[in-house]
Amino acid sequence: MIRKILTILSFFTIISVSALQADQKKIGFIYIGPPGDHGWTYMHDQGRIYMENALGDSISTTYIENVPENADAVRAIRKLAASGHDLIFTTSFNYMDQTLEVAEEFPDVKFEHATGFKRMDNVSTYSARFYEGRTIIGHIAGKMTKTNTIGYIVSFPIPEVIRGINAFYLAAAKVNPDVKIKIIWNYSWYDPGKEADAANTLINQGADIIVQHTDSYAPCQAAEKAGVLAFGQASNQEAFCPNAHMTSIEDIWGPYYAAKAQAVVDGTWGSEDTWQGFKEGMVEMSPYNTKLLPLDLILEAKNMETAIENGTLHSFEGPIYNQAGELVVKEGEVADDGMLAGMMFYVQGIDGEVPQ
Amino acid sequence: MNIELVIGIFNIVLISTTPLVFAGIGELVTEKSGVLNLGLEGLMLVGAVTGFITLVLTGNYFYSLFFSIISGVILSGIFAFLVLNLMTNQIATGLALTIFGIGLSAMLGKKFSGTPIEGLNPYYFIVISFLLVFMASYFLSKTKPGLIVRAVGENHNSAYALGYNVIKTRYMTIIFGGVMSSLAGFYISICYAPMWQEGMTAGRGWIALALVVFATWKPWRLLVGAYIFGGVAIMQMNLQAIGVKLPGQFFNMMPYLATIIVLVFISSNKLRLKLSAPASLNIPFEKNQ
Repeated sequence: MIRKILTILSFFTIISVSALQADQKKIGFIYIGPPGDHGWTYMHDQGRIYMENALGDSISTTYIENVPENADAVRAIRKLAASGHDLIFTTSFNYMDQTLEVAEEFPDVKFEHATGFKRMDNVSTYSARFYEGRTIIGHIAGKMTKTNTIGYIVSFPIPEVIRGINAFYLAAAKVNPDVKIKIIWNYSWYDPGKEADAANTLINQGADIIVQHTDSYAPCQAAEKAGVLAFGQASNQEAFCPNAHMTSIEDIWGPYYAAKAQAVVDGTWGSEDTWQGFKEGMVEMSPYNTKLLPLDLILEAKNMETAIENGTLHSFEGPIYNQAGELVVKEGEVADDGMLAGMMFYVQGIDGEVPQ
Repeated sequence: MNIELVIGIFNIVLISTTPLVFAGIGELVTEKSGVLNLGLEGLMLVGAVTGFITLVLTGNYFYSLFFSIISGVILSGIFAFLVLNLMTNQIATGLALTIFGIGLSAMLGKKFSGTPIEGLNPYYFIVISFLLVFMASYFLSKTKPGLIVRAVGENHNSAYALGYNVIKTRYMTIIFGGVMSSLAGFYISICYAPMWQEGMTAGRGWIALALVVFATWKPWRLLVGAYIFGGVAIMQMNLQAIGVKLPGQFFNMMPYLATIIVLVFISSNKLRLKLSAPASLNIPFEKNQ
């Protein structure tokens, strides 16, 4: 019922930003949440605004917000495709099959699906190497925790999220072998109340650092209130929890969106897979909190950023074992993109099982 | 298990369940008078955003609470006018109110989304929520106006024939329900998760509606039901954090599932349903028939 209503609503909230011109390319976005979430959707919307500013009058943009990840998404995507959009960005993992379904019906419309892995002639995929940021925050958390217990709030068991947990844990355990992470799956990307409950539950169980892979800043706020530390998600959340926020992993979509829109304007768009990180600037760390972090730790983190950029450090360096104790990445090697893209297992040392 | 951990869990359950109690008790009284208001989610969101905006602009919690309540009075007043005077379909009007509330709150809150505020201590409201359940229970079973509300809800024609003002009674209960929903919204955006973000009630209005049925229209059972729903949600988080593997999706649908089970249960016994469900629920009242 809620989803139906949200979808009905989302059709009312389609916002056409600028007036149509004959040669203008129309570019559409499907958002999982509201642009005001100050997290995932907010950053995609910032990317859209960046693209508009970069390309000016040669494009016009439209977005539909709060589109649930089910059959309703097909209707939302089809609505954009049928109303003359040339390029459509679908910005959540579980829009994957829905995007392909509509792409088959509209071979002339170009699609860009975020964080997915299925492509077609008119469907590209793109994602950011968020896990590189998770390596940095894992390193910081491993050094900063006093209780050796870190609370980790997550949304859905998909490769992107599990990759993040693994990258975080590997980096944390490297500097602090006693570290334990407690994981709560919320099964929603966005529910501030529930995210706050999860954060409070983890703090109550002894976690002194809160990490999140959900979209609101409620966990960081809960950490601030309880006097523990936290990392932000997707955008810089320092304003909401200045005494808890150590840094955030930021998603920077603007330059990529502008490049793809330009390709459609020029007629050079082709289907491809893009996966970029620190090096290309698709992932950035928010300014490190100098009030909370010792200076040498900030320097270490910055050096790690540089090392990841020029390839001397990788988030998944062997030897890496899975929970069953099997060697999955050999010593001296790093996990390849294929393994990372389909990562559905925890590495050795993480308690619990990946939910099915 | 140490005592601090238990107290901590108890605390989180109290904080997270209170909005369900507020919205649920309001809807219970509304439904007891024979009106089904499906607009809770919309009322909560508008209450949440009005309270938040007022707090940002004035910095005063009292004004914030006041305007949040006023928003509930206005919106539920409009709903009451539509369903009572114009005799529109209650289900359709309630759904329209929810959709309107979601959109209106998003529009009003656009500029304020992401403004940091200082949250209010939730414990006062937790105490108030218990008092309200007690008062609603006393009102409906022990006072004359409460009995009138129930008479109107059971059979509005008889109540009218006895000289009771059906329309006025229902106006009162609808507005009470609206105020309670906006209070729930205020609590969410000012105490529970002090922020404003679009759609931040995340379906709690629907859970409150389910709760009224689950409680078979009894205030004390509503309180117990709310704490069962809230308690289970927090317990599963605790078990997850300890490392017990649980089907999280199942817990998300549990409130609805439990309500369906209760519905099946009470439908199987006609007398049970008659004892608690208002017989005139969702039936429009025409004066001159």
